[in-house]
Amino acid sequence: MKGWKSFLRFTPLMAILLLLAGCGEQRLTALDPMGPQSQWIFDNMMLSLYVMAIVIIVVFVLFFIVVVRFRHKEGDDEYPEQVHGSTKLEVAWTVIPLFLLAILAVPTITGQFYLADTGVDAEETDVAEDESEEVDEEDIDEEAYVIETTGHQFWWEFDYPEGFTVGNEVYVPAGERITFQLEAEDVIHSFWVPALAGKVDNIPGVSNYLWLEADEPGVYQGKCAELCGPSHALMDFKLIALEPDDYEAWVEEMQQEEEEPEETLAQDGRELFEQEGCIGCHATEGAGSAQGPTLTNFGDRETVAGFLEANDENLRDWIRDPGALKQGANMPAYPGLEDEELDAIIAYLNSLEKLDEETKEELDR
Amino acid sequence: MANSADLSKGLPANPEKATLDGKNKFLGAWVFLAGETTMFAVFFGTYLGLQSGTAGGPEPSEIFQLPLVFIMTMLLLTSSLTSVMAIYAMKKNQFQKLKRWMWITVALGAVFLGFEIYEFVEYVEHGLGFTTSAFASSFYALVGLHGAHVLFGLLWATLLLVRNRNAGITLTNAPKFYVFSLYWHFIDVVWVFIFSAVYLMGIGG
Amino acid sequence: MVSEATNTRQKSVLWDWLTTVDHKKIAILYLIAGTLFFLKAGAMAVMMRVQLIAPEMEFISGQTFNEFITMHGTIMLFLAVTPILFAFMNFVVPLQIGARDVAFPFVNALGFWLFFFGGVLLSLSWFFGGAPDAGWTSYVPLASREFGGIGIDFYVLGLQVSGLGTLVSGINFIVTIINMRAPGMTMMRIPLFCWTTLVTSILIVFAFTPLAAGLALLMLDRIFDGQFFIPGEGGNVVIWQHIFWIFGHPEVYILVLPAFGMISEVIPAFSKKRLFGYTAMVFATLIIGFLGFMVWVHHMFTVGIGPIANSVFAIATMVIGVPTGIKIFNWLFTMWGGKLTFNTAMLFAASFVPTFVLGGVTGVMLAMAPVDHLYHDTYFVVAHFHYIIVGGIVLGIFAALFYWYPKMFGHKLNETLGKIMFWLFYIGFHLTFFVQHILGLIGMPRRVYTYLEEQGMDTMNFISSIGAFIMAAAVVILIINIIYSALKAERITVDDPWDARTLEWATHTPVPEYNFAQTPQVRSLDPLFYEKIHGNGKMKPAEPMDEIHMPNGSFIPFMMSLGLFIVGFGFISFHLDLFISPYIWIAVGGIITFGSMAMRSIKDDHGYHIPKETVEEMEKELS
Repeated sequence: MKGWKSFLRFTPLMAILLLLAGCGEQRLTALDPMGPQSQWIFDNMMLSLYVMAIVIIVVFVLFFIVVVRFRHKEGDDEYPEQVHGSTKLEVAWTVIPLFLLAILAVPTITGQFYLADTGVDAEETDVAEDESEEVDEEDIDEEAYVIETTGHQFWWEFDYPEGFTVGNEVYVPAGERITFQLEAEDVIHSFWVPALAGKVDNIPGVSNYLWLEADEPGVYQGKCAELCGPSHALMDFKLIALEPDDYEAWVEEMQQEEEEPEETLAQDGRELFEQEGCIGCHATEGAGSAQGPTLTNFGDRETVAGFLEANDENLRDWIRDPGALKQGANMPAYPGLEDEELDAIIAYLNSLEKLDEETKEELDR
Repeated sequence: MANSADLSKGLPANPEKATLDGKNKFLGAWVFLAGETTMFAVFFGTYLGLQSGTAGGPEPSEIFQLPLVFIMTMLLLTSSLTSVMAIYAMKKNQFQKLKRWMWITVALGAVFLGFEIYEFVEYVEHGLGFTTSAFASSFYALVGLHGAHVLFGLLWATLLLVRNRNAGITLTNAPKFYVFSLYWHFIDVVWVFIFSAVYLMGIGG
Repeated sequence: MVSEATNTRQKSVLWDWLTTVDHKKIAILYLIAGTLFFLKAGAMAVMMRVQLIAPEMEFISGQTFNEFITMHGTIMLFLAVTPILFAFMNFVVPLQIGARDVAFPFVNALGFWLFFFGGVLLSLSWFFGGAPDAGWTSYVPLASREFGGIGIDFYVLGLQVSGLGTLVSGINFIVTIINMRAPGMTMMRIPLFCWTTLVTSILIVFAFTPLAAGLALLMLDRIFDGQFFIPGEGGNVVIWQHIFWIFGHPEVYILVLPAFGMISEVIPAFSKKRLFGYTAMVFATLIIGFLGFMVWVHHMFTVGIGPIANSVFAIATMVIGVPTGIKIFNWLFTMWGGKLTFNTAMLFAASFVPTFVLGGVTGVMLAMAPVDHLYHDTYFVVAHFHYIIVGGIVLGIFAALFYWYPKMFGHKLNETLGKIMFWLFYIGFHLTFFVQHILGLIGMPRRVYTYLEEQGMDTMNFISSIGAFIMAAAVVILIINIIYSALKAERITVDDPWDARTLEWATHTPVPEYNFAQTPQVRSLDPLFYEKIHGNGKMKPAEPMDEIHMPNGSFIPFMMSLGLFIVGFGFISFHLDLFISPYIWIAVGGIITFGSMAMRSIKDDHGYHIPKETVEEMEKELS
């Protein structure tokens, strides 16, 4: 019984070692960092874990000894010695923890400035006044590549410095430091790509900044980390890092005029897209409004609505009744569309591709 | 416990603290006012954070009328002084004087409140409604909260005076008058902060 | 019943409980009401864990889930844990300092009824279009009129009313502990539970008033079209977060400090040893209370306040680890060299120590602001604060329940059922919350109603849900234990069934309404234990036997609270389609409240006296 109990007490520590060894989905979990910032965060988390392990071990060993050694024995009616305390011990367990904390305090401060080094001088130290003010263009370092990121209920909008917009899937060049300017349209959201960086909030009326860098090309999972409504859990996005050459080609492609779809079905779809009013919210190639996610490169998307696997079936269900899949979504349902009409719209949307085949293969799609 | 004091030699020097009940009220009132201070601090903080958020509506410097506010300040400061006189009379067991000074305090407070209502009406007529901007909301919330405290104080004092009009000074009502005067000083101090942080800074800055 | 015999007027039982100002009866009211809210919020937690047992479950919708997280958090903190702590404070503190009652018995009753009606008002939201759904933090703009449902009006008004109750109770405890101590009971002789109650009450005074202010602003925004938190109209949404956490962080200490106090009572009692380093414990409590107000920004590290502010608050947060560590080691060394009896109360109290350390170390980890960009708003945080709140506060409450139960109800709780409950609860707790640390690190944000397949989260969520069911089973066993013990357990006739140390055990069981026939003379810390060693085991009286002054019961606290409840409902009904105008509700409620207040102020209530003979008779009967 006693042995089992003490074993139970130590399971947490063993569990840490076992579970940290590797779990979670690659390119999602923060325990397998894929960029310099997340690597820094991971290393310092481990540092704090080691320091804290000292505390845990001391307390658990003492506790174990106490529980085993100092049990009341039957028939022993005398009171134990009534110790008042010990100044030496009190000093010891005040000073030693202060030392341990000092070890953690140093990276806490340096790390804070490392994370804040976004290349944008937002005068972040002055809290009350400057938060609501727009940042002047001249405050932005010329070197910084800033993607404006706006959170919506429940999707993400990414505006590139080259002037085009994408929705829910953001492309960046691998191996380069990218700055995200975080804003929100309606309520507070929080931009989080666990495998690459810490999270920073998207707040209405405020511009926040976050930098991140992906070491290698690939598709990274992103999430909204701040409660933003019924479908907060489904507000996922993808961050796609491309080889710098591929990235430049993609940027070039994104700025091209839209071409007429080749298939007739897709051409019909495009007409329907305008007739049914889709274009009123979803821009393609810069035409139409940006109330909903821009669909310029929809054919390249990994997901429908950020969380459903991209296939015709899911897309059909989504257009029929978005609210059934994502409660509270702002897109209205289109139950009246005929199957053929839906097929046409889907064919059109799938034709909107901006990545070449080679890059797609590299991304393992 | 010692809820009764030796009254054979007349009223004790500090009738408000002569009984345990009185001591409890005294301490409780201080603690309560400490809490009130933090509450006002939050309203002040909110106001200072939002005063630039005029959203195109009137700005502080355009709307505040310093002479009026100055008169109001004088009224409230004087009323604080008269409430001191009242407590001074209470300690000397002069009930008539206590009543007189208390009524003067109430009257000054009422005039102050009248001016404040006039002030608000004026501002609304100049286009500064409660919903005009964040500045307007936070201004009315802060100054209005203070006004509500004044109103509550006036009702409280009136009730005390009417209730005890013939009672003389006793160990039961002495703590009540004393606690009221503490409250009234607090209201006054809050107003001094409003005067400087809202009106003076609003016009100067 | 003792009180029946002494009261001149014959009162029905119900009327007696509705009008009581006796701190011991109010304690029991708090305990019952708090337990009911605890069960309600616990049931919500179980349903949320059912929803999360497998990926993409459709047991409850995202909207309902958000209502559950909000109500679970709000109820647990404001309406379950706070009142249960107040129950013990109310019952124990006057006894421990040798007082006949609290300083303001009337206010004490008022505090209870305000809390109760506030809680009822909040719960009414289910019947008027849905519970609040923006989280217990109610961040704007999600909680604004534009994006938040009607439930948030109930949140605002319900918490306003119950918060007022908490505030007046806090003031009451401060005055009680400072002014009502028995002769010889100096500040450095009051039990640690009284110290933590005092510091908690001070925190309440300085934290619940900002909350009241913040709720008022949110109410003005939502109901009267204020512009405080509307970005387009010059408002600022971050101000709400500051106000909320200026309240919200001290709130954590408001809850955890009394639990520290309970542990500091139970561990010495069952170690048969004086609390190690009493002075250090007192100062650690004061420092924690003070620092509790200096760290609120650590909830906002990702808001973009800037590296300098973040660093300052991060360091301040880490420093809190030091006084907390002092406490942990002092508890360990209280047990060191003692003679430990592991009954249920002691099992809960002892297991608190290592469990709380786990919550504490993750707290220090979270304080590292740059790394917090990883932890923030993930399940890591959920795990951390449940280690503090369940592994700290709830374990403390259970220890206190088993410890003080015989004094409160005249019989012990069943030990066998108690131990089964302990093991189930303890194992269930670690199963539920330990894996949540890792879930957070592998990318699970908090407050998500579901998670997708193939993200590596299935197994751990399953384990977590199973743990939650085991905890629920433990609570069911506790309920069975309470009923079983009430029917079957032996009545306690001795004053001091645990051979304990402090003054509450020097009173009779059941405690007469005047607590002490003669106020005791206190000669040391742990006064009862001192008399056991140096005296005859009984407290020496500090005054001759005499008639005892007692306050009258009053129905006014109930009416005042009812009035505010109606006013609150009136404010909410501005956005409800009812056939009675909101102004009528507000007017009626206002008249009830202010009328009751005026009545209280016009009619002096001097209480009544229990004659000396009656006291002597009752003392003879009880001993």
